[in-house]
Amino acid sequence: MTSVIGAPNATETRIVTKRLRDRPEDSWTLDGFTQSGGYEAFRAALKLDPEAIGAEQVAAAGLRGRGGAGFPTGTKWSFLPKDSYPRYLVVNGDEGEPSTFKDRMLIENDPHQLIEGIAISSYAIGCNLAFIYVRGEFALGFERLEAARRDAHAAGFLGANILGSGFDLDIVIHRAAGAYICGEETALLSSLEGDRGMPRIRPPFPAVAGLYAKPTIVNNVETLSTVPHIMRMGGAEYAKLGVNKSTGTRIFSLSGHVNRPGNYEVELGITFRDLIESPELGGGVRNGGKVKFFIPGGASSQWLTGSDEHLDAPLDMDYVQQTFGVMLGSGAVMVYDETTNPALVAWRLAKFFAHESCGKCTPCREGTGWIEKVLYRISHGYGRPQDLDLLLDVGDNISPGLNAPFSQTTICPLGPSAVSPVVSLHKFFREEVIAMCQNNDRALDVTASDSGASDLGAGE
Amino acid sequence: MKDEREIVTVTIDGIEMQAPKGELLIRVAQDNGTFVPRFCWHERMKPVGMCRMCLVEVEGVRGMPPACTTTVTDGMVVNTKSETVKKAQDGVLEFLLINHPLDCPVCDRGGECPLQDQTLAFGPGESRYVEEKRHFEKPIPISELVLLDRERCIQCSRCTRFADEIAGDRLIDFGERGGEMQVITYPDDPFTSYFSGNTVQVCPVGALTAKPYRFRARPWDLSAVETSCQTCSVGCRGSLESSSNELVRLLGVDVEPVNHGWLCDKGRFGYEATHAEDRARNPMIRRDGSLVECSWPEALDAAAEGIKRSLDLHGPASIAMVGGSRGTNEDAYLWARLAKGVIGTDNVDAQIGDGLPAEVVLGLPGATIPDLDEAAAIILLGPDLKEELPVLYLRVRRACVDLGVPILDVSAVDHGLSKYASATIRHLPGEQASAAREISAALAPLIDGRSGPIVVVLGRSDVATSAEPTVAAAAIIREIPNTRFLVALRRGNVRGAIDLGLAPGFLPGRVTLDAGAERFVAAWGSAPAEVGLDTAGIFNAASEGRIGALILVGADIVNDFPDRRLVRAGVGGAGFVICINATVTEAAADADVFLPATVWGEKAGTTTNLEGRISRVGRKIAAVGNPMPDFRIASELALRLGTDFDLETVEEIQDEIARVAPAFAEVDAQLLKRARDGVVLPLALHRDELVLEPRRIPVIDFSWEPIKPEGPGEFEVVEFEVVEPVLEADASDEAAAEEESALPVDISNGAGLPDAQLFVWSAQHAAQPTPGRDNYALRLSAGRSLYDNGRTVASTPALRALIPAQTLRVNPSEISRVGVADGESVRVSTARGSLVLSLTGDANVPAGVAVMPFNIGETGVGDLVDVSLVVTDLRLETLR
Repeated sequence: MTSVIGAPNATETRIVTKRLRDRPEDSWTLDGFTQSGGYEAFRAALKLDPEAIGAEQVAAAGLRGRGGAGFPTGTKWSFLPKDSYPRYLVVNGDEGEPSTFKDRMLIENDPHQLIEGIAISSYAIGCNLAFIYVRGEFALGFERLEAARRDAHAAGFLGANILGSGFDLDIVIHRAAGAYICGEETALLSSLEGDRGMPRIRPPFPAVAGLYAKPTIVNNVETLSTVPHIMRMGGAEYAKLGVNKSTGTRIFSLSGHVNRPGNYEVELGITFRDLIESPELGGGVRNGGKVKFFIPGGASSQWLTGSDEHLDAPLDMDYVQQTFGVMLGSGAVMVYDETTNPALVAWRLAKFFAHESCGKCTPCREGTGWIEKVLYRISHGYGRPQDLDLLLDVGDNISPGLNAPFSQTTICPLGPSAVSPVVSLHKFFREEVIAMCQNNDRALDVTASDSGASDLGAGE
Repeated sequence: MKDEREIVTVTIDGIEMQAPKGELLIRVAQDNGTFVPRFCWHERMKPVGMCRMCLVEVEGVRGMPPACTTTVTDGMVVNTKSETVKKAQDGVLEFLLINHPLDCPVCDRGGECPLQDQTLAFGPGESRYVEEKRHFEKPIPISELVLLDRERCIQCSRCTRFADEIAGDRLIDFGERGGEMQVITYPDDPFTSYFSGNTVQVCPVGALTAKPYRFRARPWDLSAVETSCQTCSVGCRGSLESSSNELVRLLGVDVEPVNHGWLCDKGRFGYEATHAEDRARNPMIRRDGSLVECSWPEALDAAAEGIKRSLDLHGPASIAMVGGSRGTNEDAYLWARLAKGVIGTDNVDAQIGDGLPAEVVLGLPGATIPDLDEAAAIILLGPDLKEELPVLYLRVRRACVDLGVPILDVSAVDHGLSKYASATIRHLPGEQASAAREISAALAPLIDGRSGPIVVVLGRSDVATSAEPTVAAAAIIREIPNTRFLVALRRGNVRGAIDLGLAPGFLPGRVTLDAGAERFVAAWGSAPAEVGLDTAGIFNAASEGRIGALILVGADIVNDFPDRRLVRAGVGGAGFVICINATVTEAAADADVFLPATVWGEKAGTTTNLEGRISRVGRKIAAVGNPMPDFRIASELALRLGTDFDLETVEEIQDEIARVAPAFAEVDAQLLKRARDGVVLPLALHRDELVLEPRRIPVIDFSWEPIKPEGPGEFEVVEFEVVEPVLEADASDEAAAEEESALPVDISNGAGLPDAQLFVWSAQHAAQPTPGRDNYALRLSAGRSLYDNGRTVASTPALRALIPAQTLRVNPSEISRVGVADGESVRVSTARGSLVLSLTGDANVPAGVAVMPFNIGETGVGDLVDVSLVVTDLRLETLR
């Protein structure tokens, strides 16, 4: 399944992660940053026409959002209404998608890179006040980000009349209070305003009426951390990396039953097999086992299996979407070997979504809890053979058609996300699940299966 | 408000319809007969799109947008009944029900529940849910009046949005999330809203229940009548409901020009006073020094005899009548006719010393409540609307917050609307006139090119200051171009009483004694020529022995009049006292004759609100015992004094008013019956506001009218016979009518009666200088608290506990100046008397001012005020 022209290498291509890998001892400091070329892209950008940055660099680079939806960044910026000020840039640093841990690394180990990205982007869109909404659990990240902001300010990279350009920029860093939903951009804006984090009805879109009802761009940490490199390399040059409309590199958070879990920045277009099995990347499944299934793009995504068709698929956002109905999402790849009971994984994921549902929309508030309860029964030996079909229909009432990209009876995609594990069970493990229900089989804990049986469920 | 939006064509379920561009789809569908099911959407609140019940398909739009957040555009094609939509509706209802307790047999909402009804019409027949439902402790109180059952709650956020958006009391909110999401109160900030009862009414399930109604009735056992609340003079429309001849509930009815469906808690729950234990059931006369029960003929004969004796010995001016602002217009008219047409006295005053002279009430160009919405600016110079006229407070707040109308606050102390004001003029109590001189300059930047009238909410901000400074201020503000006045008097039908002649110097229909003399002599046979006394004048005269017969109509005069010493001296000094009331009040205990009267809920008629809008009051129950309606008592007394009114029914009285009282021209029984939102006087100026179509009962929306599903997924739209308007539109166009509003209006109605000109207040008013305050004194500001010792609250078990404790609030600097601790008791002395009161520091009270609500506690403001003085200054002494 390598229909890709000029397949990229099955190794890391370090652009955004280069500094933090090269100089782990001081990559987060101002000195470490400037000694490795930091703020040069910003300096250069300040000499350019702001509008040209969005159109000629970011859009030309084909940069797409790294938070999950993969929306073209340049296009998003172009939605800002003309002559409407003030406008805000809000950085989504509320990385909460289970098993996604790339933004945390960027925040902790290269905060100045993010600030430089914010500075260039703010200059490009005409924003003088940017907000970083950083996940509350990132204590170290918050400290380093605050220190970086202070240092950048002292060094003249933030504040009034930056580097004599006449451009002003201040950054507010806000620590979140621990809700997954606040990674959804409109819920994030509500939370930032001091209200309950609940998604808002769109339209109006944030680009028109976002934070404090002003035009607002919300971008992910990795997206903005990429911007200085696009300026440095030039948009057209950056676009040469990657494959089709998935240009450049992305950081994949690889976890699960692999020998070398971790963050890997790779050029888009390598295959899942490359990512999981390459000795320089995942290093293969633990104990020499085989992939039973894997989640290709964060907990919200539907699953893929250890079949050749799936493993040999390229990391191309549009290809996986169109071919398998799954998404690369936040870039979190979770691998499960053949010891895994998929029903238990599905229950654990559903439990997460039920816990994180904000409660605003009826189908999500009630439906995620219902799915969780039924999956608990199935995975703990109390399932009924008809339960899987019941779940599919309940899921269909949250996400009509059960497709990806999601259709939804809710405001945001959290509810439909909880349906993904159900659909995946049905697609790939229907017989196994129904057999479990008929035999009242009790699933074993995924992580404890090596050391003997234990029941993860009841006590949690 | 004129809708000037472009009209677009929308197709809903194959039917083409016209609608203003940008209107919400759910409303367009409903207005055209298609009911889209919903829970969270409410006509009067901003859409949130939470419940997902109103999902529809729109051609060209991906997925299913909610009809409540989708606005219509030209050519939009909508499907509300497709298989996809039905599947989604089934799904949402199944979701809502999986954790709902289904305890409908013991739920207040059972039988009138939108969740039940919409499940029947749009939902699945059965549930597939076999898991354990979620559980919460229940019920838990969220306020003194409202209980919450978190298991029944469907998280629609109507209650929380009401509290935030409509009431401005953001004291309930959601806590937790997902399946655990629940309505919470803040531990340190309880839900002490005056509007908490509305949350019960808007709740689409039985999650919120009102203490007074809880478990009292099943909806199908209730019978209802549309009525107007008479707790204050806003005149909110409601549906009054009873079970087994007992009032059990008042629900707000959505009337665009008045209350938008909202009620305050005092109005909503005050019906309990009707069933108070101490209601008088039989007439009484004084025998051997004490009141004893007797028959009606005995009591009426004795009362008439008392009047006749005084009339024979001292003439008509020796007789006085005080009160009458709590009854109906029909009551007021016959009391006026009895006093002025039969007895011949003009010593008649419905106001109890806490209002404004009738010239000011009747003679200023009037504003309507909807004028607030379109005003260039609102000037507040009067009472704390939140405390005295709560639903008007909601309307002013809405005009400001939602419609952007700027408020100019002219006040002595902070009040409920102060925080919404764009500009504030602070004055010492009594200095209203000098504050009024600053208004023009303060107003200019607020108006800033805005069109529309300047609406002045004018009234007495406190009873410790006489009416004089407010009158002087009104005379100054009246000169500002384009001003219209909403005179904020408090008592239920005080405006109707004044309109119908229960004020010195006036005859029914807003005419002076002079202007109406010829007409009323023709109609009644006689009318007084000399202007009589107001209430303070009457009590002064009575205390000097110049009143031979005093008729007290439905007032708790000792508590309601600001000067207790004077009122006691007056009642004690009057030769013969006749008291008409529902209970034996302090003054009634001294009466020679006591006549028990029926109250709101027990009699039909009309009432007039502060705009001059007449609307119907419904009779729902029969009174227990033998009380009579006021109009009948007045008729019986007239008969015994030699005049047969020959008016048997309320309708006959209404027709006579329309014939005789100039301002009521054309406003006869037939029109009153048909005018949906009431009639604003004079009709000649407000004809275009008249709506003669019957109200379309909201198809499902929590009305007293249960919906009737007809086949699967269909609702019967309640159709009314549309009656063709009989009245021709006024020939003069709107602009002319506006211009005219300030001018005298000639009315020539009434079958051959002489014409009379409506009164316009045009006399120059020379402001009297207000005495200065010396440095050792504090000036008293005695406004009102919504919950006070008044009859309604004191007789309503649910509200009685909410009466605040009495305290004198002063600026903290005054406390340290006196040298006491916060909360310590001090001696408070005025020219009238002295009291021991606890002193509370409050930084919102300006230095030099002391604030104490009227009519709280056994002794209070009434013992400190001398109504012959313009202001009340007080001194503080420590008790140490």
